Amino acid sequence: MTALAHGFGDPVTDAQQVFHAAMNALARPGRPQPLTSGLEPPRPMTPELAAIALALADHEAPIWLDPALAAASGAADFLRFHTGAAVVADPGRAAFALIADPGMPLPVEQFALGTAEFPDRSTTLVIAVEDLSDTNGWVLRGPGIADRQSLLAAPWPHALADIVRLNSAVFPRGLDVLLAAPGRIVGLPRSTRFVEEI
Amino acid sequence: MTAQSATHTAPETGYNFAYLDEQTKRMIRRAILKAIAVPGYQVPFASREMPMPYGWGTGGVQVTASILGPDDVLKVIDQGSDDTTNAVSIRKFFKRTAGVRTTTRTGEATVIQTRHRIPEQPLGEGQVIVYQVPIPEPLRFLEPRETETRKLHALAEYGLMHVKLYEDIARHGHIATTYAYPVEVAGRYIMDPSPTPKFDNPKMHMMAGLQLFGAGREKRIYAIPPYTQVRSLDFEDHPFRIQTFSHPCALCAAEGVYLDEVVMDDRGGRMFVCSDTDSCEERREQGHRGAMLADTPAALKGESSHV
Amino acid sequence: MYVAVKGGEAAIDNAHRLLAHERRGDPSVPELSVTQVSEQLGLLVDRVMTEGSLYDRALAALALKQARGDLIEAVFLVRAFRTTLPRFGYSQPVDTARMEIRRRISATYKDLPGGQVLGPTFDYTHRLLDFMLEANGEPPQPPAEADAGAAEGDMPRVTDLLDAEGLIEPSSASDCDTVGDLTREPLTFPADRDLRLQALARGDEGFILALGYSTQRGYGRTHPFVSEVRVGEVAVELVPEEIGFAVPLGRLTVTECQMVNQFKGSAATPPQFTRGYGLVFGQSERKAMAMSLVDRSLRARELGEDAVAPAQDEEFVLSHADNLQATGFVEHLKLPHYVDFQAELDLVRRMRAEHEANHPYPLSEAAE
Repeated sequence: MTALAHGFGDPVTDAQQVFHAAMNALARPGRPQPLTSGLEPPRPMTPELAAIALALADHEAPIWLDPALAAASGAADFLRFHTGAAVVADPGRAAFALIADPGMPLPVEQFALGTAEFPDRSTTLVIAVEDLSDTNGWVLRGPGIADRQSLLAAPWPHALADIVRLNSAVFPRGLDVLLAAPGRIVGLPRSTRFVEEI
Repeated sequence: MTAQSATHTAPETGYNFAYLDEQTKRMIRRAILKAIAVPGYQVPFASREMPMPYGWGTGGVQVTASILGPDDVLKVIDQGSDDTTNAVSIRKFFKRTAGVRTTTRTGEATVIQTRHRIPEQPLGEGQVIVYQVPIPEPLRFLEPRETETRKLHALAEYGLMHVKLYEDIARHGHIATTYAYPVEVAGRYIMDPSPTPKFDNPKMHMMAGLQLFGAGREKRIYAIPPYTQVRSLDFEDHPFRIQTFSHPCALCAAEGVYLDEVVMDDRGGRMFVCSDTDSCEERREQGHRGAMLADTPAALKGESSHV
Repeated sequence: MYVAVKGGEAAIDNAHRLLAHERRGDPSVPELSVTQVSEQLGLLVDRVMTEGSLYDRALAALALKQARGDLIEAVFLVRAFRTTLPRFGYSQPVDTARMEIRRRISATYKDLPGGQVLGPTFDYTHRLLDFMLEANGEPPQPPAEADAGAAEGDMPRVTDLLDAEGLIEPSSASDCDTVGDLTREPLTFPADRDLRLQALARGDEGFILALGYSTQRGYGRTHPFVSEVRVGEVAVELVPEEIGFAVPLGRLTVTECQMVNQFKGSAATPPQFTRGYGLVFGQSERKAMAMSLVDRSLRARELGEDAVAPAQDEEFVLSHADNLQATGFVEHLKLPHYVDFQAELDLVRRMRAEHEANHPYPLSEAAE
């Protein structure tokens, strides 16, 4: 049995800071928010994916893992131990979906999309990328954006186009996304519209 | 049995940082994230019993406790004022359980918890305003059933609300709603702004700060992200209008702000003073002087407050 | 008057000091101990435990003392404490058939296996003030155990006897699936019976009693019979994940009421009696019985009855049964509302001014 990677150094303050970053990220779509955690989770889980899971998941909020994480040894055990959350195979039951490989397509329509009466009962997708910037790229509009906001993610997550299409079709149901690069995250709530590419 | 797994325990209390246990905070934080993602939609949450009564700000307190970090600076107002008893009590609660810095200055605060007012000074990007909400459902008094109102929201079927407002006009010549005046958020959900006077409604539109709403007894959290369209419901022939006051503030001479009417005696004597006490004090510090400043009791000028 | 709401911190501190002083009362009278409360005001303690959803006699007694005997305030203290406790898991269902019986009454059978056990009850007392108590007279010795009829061994539930004959609807299997917890999840409608029963058990005794009473007076009549009321001790067991078998945690005193109500049937199924259920901490037959009446009424939809009476209206009952929510919202009206009132004043004045402008003869009382 291998030793389990450690959790938050200060669970109360660290969880608050990660939440704060996620809150600001979703409140100001496309605008990168700093996020540091000091976590060293089993690869290919990134410290940012782990931080968001540890801060927000628990036995009332199950986690779905993408094939890259599901196949990795220790990823599920790390999450179960530190969060108490169930790791589920059915994406429709997941409160959070952790995606370590942004290059793969995702079963977008199988995640929980919420219902017309309870649109909040939907999965939040957390997708690891290598870099995030707001200097150029896609132009975003919608609640949380004063006028327009640009966003560039590298690599550009394969599933994002499907998610955006789905969200505009089923709103107020839909999927909310956090993109997580080393040291920063960006939020893309379902209310955000992708306007054009610069 | 009371021991929590907290490593960050505020001094004096034996409770976790900001009172709530971490599991409760996670549950509320998840609700807040969904509330932000669907602006104006009321997210049900498992509101906890708080050590203050339902109806006295338990929803706002739970939201504040869940977002607060050790570096935050907290301001609490009730009816616009920092030194009304309930505002003092809630501020004291967070001082004790979270040890955070508190302030009465709107500009200094990172988190502002409020009951019934929005500060006169516009909020900035680094600020979050948390509203205490008694009845979150704007359709509740038209349709008492949750199962029905939920359906109406799902279908965006808001005809009932327009009919009600129009009936007001037919009967009174005015829309007779003066506070908790319904708004449409981001073109989709009709939302109750909490019992703020409609005077404050325009401040919600495209506000730079994040607006969070907590209803503890009714177990709902909702949000308006920064820079979001907030439209007060109205009609072409009866456009939305805010209250106007014919006098400036008697203490600081401010105009275009919301005023409290203070009855001075039983012979009809009254004065009008700023409801936002911080804004009023700052103006007086800057040298603005209202007509009745000299002969106003000290308590009314905020000089007896112990903050 | 205005200053009263501007008093700030000093005023609050003073109010708390005055409250503590008032609570103590005349210092020449010996102070009430918490054990005196839990031993001698036991039924009040039971009620605080039930509505506070926390089985702890000592804490409930402390809450009552601190609250100066204000029952809802005591429930409040207990609930606010309970909410901070970590959740380790959920116990196994308690088996009331294996209850150690102190009292057991059936109104449906004259005699039955295990017999009727009258036990400690006010039922047949004459409500005459006992001035011996005022003089601190010693109570009589309790009867010997055999005379008291304290029951040995298991006592089958009357509904189980009916069930064996198929005369009553079975307790549906779904009742035993995952049980919700309305203190951990927001209540949404329609609510299943597990959540309804929780809300009723926590609900205000007076409110539940009044609703139960209303069903007897024709507002959602259910033709109830008390199949059984039993009071006694039951064991609580937990199965920890890591051990995998049940370990005992302790014993609780509970009161259970099984109400048998008029039948339902259909072309496919022969008529059967239906059930109403009540269970509360400690001894409170009034609450358990009222709860079982309201539980049965709230099953109207499930049983294909027209839901027309208040006690059959799940949203109405569940939204208003909690006395902490009710008292908080009613009492919050004493918080300042002058901002909202100002808005109303302004509108009324404006409308009156317009009215006067349109009616050349002023209103008789229009001396503004």
